[in-house]
Amino acid sequence: MLTLDHVVKRFGGVVATNDVSLTFPNESLSAIIGPNGAGKTTLFNLITGHLVPTSGSIRFEGDEIAGMKPAAIVRKGIGRAFQVASIFGSLTVEQSLAVAVTAHERRAFSLGGAFRNHTIRRRTEELVDLLQLNHVAQRISGEISHGDQKLLDVGLALALRPKLLLLDEPAAGMGPDERWQMMDTVKRLWKSENMTLIFIEHDIDLVFQTPR
Amino acid sequence: MKSYRMTAPGHPLRTLLIAGAGLAVLLILGLVFPSPWLRDTMTSLFASGLLAMSLHLLVGYSGLVSFGHAAYFALGGYVFGMTLQAPGYVETFGAWSLPSAMLLAMFGTGGAAFLVGLVCARLSEIYFAFLTLAFQMLFLSLIQGFVGYTGGDQGLTGGIPRPAFLGINVTQSWDRYAFCATVFVFGVLVIRLITESSFGFTLRMLRDNEARVKFLGINTYLTKVICFTLAGTLASLGGVILAIFTSAAYPEWASWTKSGEAIFMIMLGGVNTFLGPLAGALAMRIIDDVTLLYTTHTELAKGIVILFVVLVLKRGILDFALDRRRSRADRRANRDRAAAHEKERADVDS
Repeated sequence: MLTLDHVVKRFGGVVATNDVSLTFPNESLSAIIGPNGAGKTTLFNLITGHLVPTSGSIRFEGDEIAGMKPAAIVRKGIGRAFQVASIFGSLTVEQSLAVAVTAHERRAFSLGGAFRNHTIRRRTEELVDLLQLNHVAQRISGEISHGDQKLLDVGLALALRPKLLLLDEPAAGMGPDERWQMMDTVKRLWKSENMTLIFIEHDIDLVFQTPR
Repeated sequence: MKSYRMTAPGHPLRTLLIAGAGLAVLLILGLVFPSPWLRDTMTSLFASGLLAMSLHLLVGYSGLVSFGHAAYFALGGYVFGMTLQAPGYVETFGAWSLPSAMLLAMFGTGGAAFLVGLVCARLSEIYFAFLTLAFQMLFLSLIQGFVGYTGGDQGLTGGIPRPAFLGINVTQSWDRYAFCATVFVFGVLVIRLITESSFGFTLRMLRDNEARVKFLGINTYLTKVICFTLAGTLASLGGVILAIFTSAAYPEWASWTKSGEAIFMIMLGGVNTFLGPLAGALAMRIIDDVTLLYTTHTELAKGIVILFVVLVLKRGILDFALDRRRSRADRRANRDRAAAHEKERADVDS
């Protein structure tokens, strides 16, 4: 599904990713492990088009995606959640998920009334249930807890029904119990959504004890 | 766990009914108080209100601060006036001269805003703001330079022909007021429908987190260009209203101070409420009129009020009122929860 072939990214004299070659099979659950500064997030940035590789090839379902714009890569079926939750602070949780679903349904430019479409509403409700965000669904995203914001960030990516989901340290900044809960959620999402999932983590215990 | 049910969205028919009621109120106001002062004040308020509310689409909903929005307001007025003054135009189009000139002003301004938007939307934040200002200065120079067409510094004087159509004669006070009120309500309705549409929520996303929007597969550049074009087109309606009202168009309408005034209106009325800019336009008008009763230093009075709003209220007037209402509701909810908790404890104890 996703193949990286001799991918190199240099920032001036600094080599952030050096000759990375990896293959992620279809519907697999994989982790990228490494200490801070190892280049894990840079690798995600290269896959999602945020950065252009200095050399090498990145192929998704047989198509070269290196150097493509992030929006075009998303449309190919790659979703992403960020290390620091990247959400829409002034919208409620349900509105945030609904606009993401709207984007997936290619109605982001529609001048018709927002969230009136039955498909959009049903998928939004599904996501709220799936992420267990019912208790905060009508609250402003910027005012909910850090853990819920991380879940919402994952939800925004899931709204696009990605074939490949990249999660950058989904449990970052959480307490010990919350971290395990988050990893359980990740595993549950991977199973229920039938997708390939890659996550970044630097806590080896968390990675190896996340059951597949 | 019970499956989640999404909040029901507001029905567009409700928006249409509110717009209809708003128009009825404005028309009744004009009929009940037939004073020329009130009608004239309201008409100029319709123009500045549309300028501020269309700018709010950029500033408030999209997070795009434009310093040059008045250019499209002026362009609307000038295209409208120049079209009607063009030799043979009124003779050719007869009764349909005025509405056709209005449409031409809207589409012409929309086209100009689209072309400028194509350039400006490539930049963001302060660079975007200053580029819009640069284009405004360019428009102003063109207006002042092409004296033969625009009247240069003197403006488009000599009167704009405004032939009657469908029995509406805008040279008469009541007809003019009613027509301008209708155009104003139409403009506000269109802005409301945009902000409550899927596109309106895309604009809010853009304001909150542009980087994330790209990762939802949305073309942010195109979003900005469309928003810029719509905002410019709607601002032109304000210019048309003022051109109908004054039977002229002046280069001051395209000056950077006019854009600054619109930004002040938004700040004064509130960035986070739909009607905030309109409240700001009304407040600015009141400040001007009240100050002029005592002194000509209107700018000084405006400066003091803006300092008060920024330093004391720390938000616009309607934002302040809305926050007060929310905090009162929160306090009431907390009190109710505490009372319910106390009652529960008392029941358990007994």
